[in-house]
Amino acid sequence: MKRNLILGGLLSSLVVLAALISFVWTPYDVAAMDIPAKLRPPSMTHWFGTDHFGRDMFSMIMVGARTSIAVALVAVGIGMALGIPLGLMAAARKDSWLDELIMRGNDLVFAFPSLVIAILITAILGPGAVNAIIAIGIFNIPVFARITRGAALSLWEREFIMAARVAGKSQARISFEHILPNVLNLLIVQGTIQFSLGILAEAGLSYVGLGAQPPVPSWGRMLADAQTMVSLAPHMALIPGLAIVLTVLGLNLLGDGLRDLLDPKLRVRRS
Amino acid sequence: MLRYSLKRLISLVLSLAVASLVIFFVIEIAPGDPASFMLGLNAQPDTVAALRSELGLDVPKIERYLSWVGGMLHGDFGTSYTYRTPVAQMVADRLWVSLPLALYALGLSTLIAFPAGIYAAARRGKPGDMAVMGATQLGVAIPNFWFAMMLVLVFAINLRWFGAGGFAGWDKGFWAGIHSLTLPAIALALPQAAILARVMRSALLDILGEDFMRTARAKGLSRRQALWRHAVRNAMIPVLTIIGLQFSFLLAGAIIIEQVFYLPGLGRLVFQAISARDLIVVESVVMLLVFAVIAVNFLVDLAYAAVDPRLRQRT
Repeated sequence: MKRNLILGGLLSSLVVLAALISFVWTPYDVAAMDIPAKLRPPSMTHWFGTDHFGRDMFSMIMVGARTSIAVALVAVGIGMALGIPLGLMAAARKDSWLDELIMRGNDLVFAFPSLVIAILITAILGPGAVNAIIAIGIFNIPVFARITRGAALSLWEREFIMAARVAGKSQARISFEHILPNVLNLLIVQGTIQFSLGILAEAGLSYVGLGAQPPVPSWGRMLADAQTMVSLAPHMALIPGLAIVLTVLGLNLLGDGLRDLLDPKLRVRRS
Repeated sequence: MLRYSLKRLISLVLSLAVASLVIFFVIEIAPGDPASFMLGLNAQPDTVAALRSELGLDVPKIERYLSWVGGMLHGDFGTSYTYRTPVAQMVADRLWVSLPLALYALGLSTLIAFPAGIYAAARRGKPGDMAVMGATQLGVAIPNFWFAMMLVLVFAINLRWFGAGGFAGWDKGFWAGIHSLTLPAIALALPQAAILARVMRSALLDILGEDFMRTARAKGLSRRQALWRHAVRNAMIPVLTIIGLQFSFLLAGAIIIEQVFYLPGLGRLVFQAISARDLIVVESVVMLLVFAVIAVNFLVDLAYAAVDPRLRQRT
């Protein structure tokens, strides 16, 4: 299934490219209002039309991509930075009190309704992109911890790990030098999935007004603005929504494609 | 089995205790004193102090935590700071919207996912399978609140089949209530259906490779008979787990959808309570949702152990 990989990679790099280009160039200034030209449908001058303040939607989508990617990327980073060491530790000390503590802690975080907690966190710390990152990142920790532990457990039974132990390496060194490189593929695949979930979560939080704050453009807030205008200017709701869908779709396809590419065993079973 | 159940029960109680501690103290460190928030910026210090003692906020935190937990054990969730009504009553009112909505969405999602998943598994690798899998990829990628807006645009604004928001109330009759929950339920059900269909398909594919499936075919069942009689039934275990998880997700996850449709549900209650610093309401509702998730997981674990003795060995 190379098709997933190509299509997913193409969609994802398109979004990343739009975000990168937005640093140096956008068709219009994202903050520039042009009230006489408000609510215009897509045209040659405004490719994605204009919003209720006459701002150029194409420019806003480009800069919004930046916000989405930044929030989701850092949230995945938090999850990996904390979750992977926790998972490695739990696997190295299987069935010890440490393992039990980490796994029960994981269950506990999973039991909290993530969206409600994210809203709670942003309400406590104040709305904003940084707090949205923290709120989304916390729920990535148990995901990576669990995946790492599961994959590491089976590796600990293998002979090459046994050999490393006989050679006198400590559990910590074995975990980082031998276990981690072998579970990395799995973590990259999960990373893409969490990345796309992060983009969805950021859009949701921004939509209810708890994510990135004005004047930083964000896809979720563009949708919130569109809600009252949807009958007058459907493009205001359609375009940011499609941007989210295509980005998430692209990342999911990329994740699937990578999994098939990195794990040949699955390729046979899945097709 | 008894030993296993006891062990799970202890871990359930422990989880709930830890969860209540986390919820209470995380929310209590939130900046913004409810009393001064309610009275506004120009309130006199002694008025604020009087309100604080009226709301019971002058008592030490530990005591308030203990009385909160103690009260919940009796079904007393405290009194809302802003509405001055029992939290239990407010939650019960909102549950009349959120619970039917969650069940409705779960029903819809199951109704879509089962046939789709079974169909895709039966036609593995053929165009039908590809179409279903493509549709589920799209379903997972669509943010439900955006889908909700699109539904409003098409079915409420253009076709005028439904209202754009609000809840008719059950006193206007069962169908009026169902009617106003239909668009929200569809919006909620779509991503869930996509996930469930994928789980159903992959569970079926795992089972189709089992020896007993070959035996079923060998004794003369057709592909279709073997699929329905043996595979679907065995695939139910992973599928039911996901349905259990989805139910608790739908109960809490409706928060944004309730915002789109202006539905007076549990999620909207939490949202309003957070912005009004009505901490006791936030604490109680979050606790209730966490309890729902932990309890569902507990029941699922027990049900599995009852069916499959091998699982009792684990954890």
